[in-house]
Amino acid sequence: MNVFSVAFFALAALATIVGALSTVLAVNPIRSAMGLLLSIGGITGLFLGLDAHFLAAIELIVYAGAVVILFVFVIMLIGPDATRPADSKAAFSRTAGAILLGLFGLVTGILLMRAGGGLHALPPPRPEYGTIDTFGHELYTKGLVPFELATALFIVAVVGAIAVARGRHKGEETPQAKEGES
Amino acid sequence: MIPVEYYLLVAGVVFLIGSIGFLVRRNLLIQLMSVELLLNAVNLTLVAFNRARPDDHNGQIFAFFVIAVAAAEAAVGLAIGLAIYRLSRSVRSDEADLLRN
Repeated sequence: MNVFSVAFFALAALATIVGALSTVLAVNPIRSAMGLLLSIGGITGLFLGLDAHFLAAIELIVYAGAVVILFVFVIMLIGPDATRPADSKAAFSRTAGAILLGLFGLVTGILLMRAGGGLHALPPPRPEYGTIDTFGHELYTKGLVPFELATALFIVAVVGAIAVARGRHKGEETPQAKEGES
Repeated sequence: MIPVEYYLLVAGVVFLIGSIGFLVRRNLLIQLMSVELLLNAVNLTLVAFNRARPDDHNGQIFAFFVIAVAAAEAAVGLAIGLAIYRLSRSVRSDEADLLRN
């Protein structure tokens, strides 16, 4: 049981980090999307290890089922132009990335030195922790107002996405749009 | 059981990878995917801390709303990316300078 949970955690963490790396390093955006898919699978495994069953299901449905598919659709819609390489003028950004890496190492080192007292094992939860029953009950009592506001957010987002992606009708084309069309 | 620090370490590494990707890459689509990585890392942190104090589900509820907002963000972000591609035939974020005078 214990060996199984450790192996499960190691596998999920490995999938998460390898997927994240291939998302960032891939030249082809399709490979990036597949890396994101792998990373999301790993995070779903980590959620399961943390007894968040409902969130694991939601993560799979929303991310693997909707967001990654949306990315793949857009990549295919754009076609070969999506793969133009050459991140040439990125010298400043590379420096920023290196500084970020150094800062992360520094903060992690300081935290590890200051922490002391060893690792904190997770307490055994109540048997109903994280199930859809209890989570749904808390979501619909404590989180009811933000839940309803989220629906409004979705309507606004969908309308905005359609309005932005559909572009202009004929008769109101800007010079730049004409230039792009020809 | 796995200690909570290991989960936090994984989340930190994923957040680092995502933020470096967002800064270094110039492909708009890959930058958006890096933002998704960032949000996922934060979600993992929230759920791990919620599991460390399992009296209520506040962290999980917060992560739930983060997922919802991330989905809306991806939809709007990809629509903006498509619109930029239509205008300039490019998905490179440093070539999107329509508002520059």
